[in-house]
Amino acid sequence: MDARVRALESLLVEKGYLDSAAVDEIIETYETRIGPRNGAHVVAKAWLEPDFADWLKRDATAAIHSLGYISRQGEHMVAVFNDDETHHMVVCTLCSCYPWSVLGLPPTWYKSPPYRSRAVIDPRGVLAEFGTDLLDNVGVEVHDSTAETRYLVIPARPDGTDGWSEEQLMACVSRDSMIGTTLAAKPVAA
Amino acid sequence: MSAADIAALDGIELHDGEPVFREPWEAQAFAMVVALHQRDVFTWDEWAAALSAQIHSGTDLPYYRHWCAALETLLDTKRIADRDAVQTREKAWHEAAARTPHGEAIVLDPQ
Repeated sequence: MDARVRALESLLVEKGYLDSAAVDEIIETYETRIGPRNGAHVVAKAWLEPDFADWLKRDATAAIHSLGYISRQGEHMVAVFNDDETHHMVVCTLCSCYPWSVLGLPPTWYKSPPYRSRAVIDPRGVLAEFGTDLLDNVGVEVHDSTAETRYLVIPARPDGTDGWSEEQLMACVSRDSMIGTTLAAKPVAA
Repeated sequence: MSAADIAALDGIELHDGEPVFREPWEAQAFAMVVALHQRDVFTWDEWAAALSAQIHSGTDLPYYRHWCAALETLLDTKRIADRDAVQTREKAWHEAAARTPHGEAIVLDPQ
């Protein structure tokens, strides 16, 4: 159906009935509500339960499925963990390569060719634009999501969240932090 | 009724008043209809009627497949895009996707 919808949209844009930017804007207003709650649940559980984190590292597909988040595309999921030495970031320009069963809808910038090419050439520059400044000794690894293998970034747990519940921790996990363009952070003025 | 009254649509699944999508193309199809309505290509009443007619046409399809079928019917009726043109273009997208290396954006008819 993806091709069918693309076909309709491109025809209507050509004929002047539709403006792609307007369509993207409408999607943006809804995608913030759809939200990456599934992925946030996976991350919060990994922070709280070392056994679940180990399972994610070994077999992310099975660990994620165990929470009931099953993708009908049947792709292989890989969870990459941010730590003091490495920051992970995911790119791909085909929205069909995006793990939407876990992350919800892809942001429109994620699909843009400039994001992909710049993320590969200058990941720190792209991160800076998202307001993410990493320490100099942290390496950046960029992962290319494909139709077969899709990545989920497990961000580092924010400081000062000891004793927080799964629900509270989920609020720290944004969609962008699971793509790796930002870090997980405590909600502002909870 | 001029605003896009989403809740008035036959059979739509809402969560906290917002539509629920299972795949990205569903959101794309949804947004296209809202955008076309905003450009006065059709009224919201026209859209609600077209969608309802499609849903009750007797074919059993997932919701957003009905959505796309209703949109195609409406565009055909209004002589904005006929079915053949949509078919041809869909084929072109499949061909473009097939020749595009992974990681590059799919473009129609590269010059």
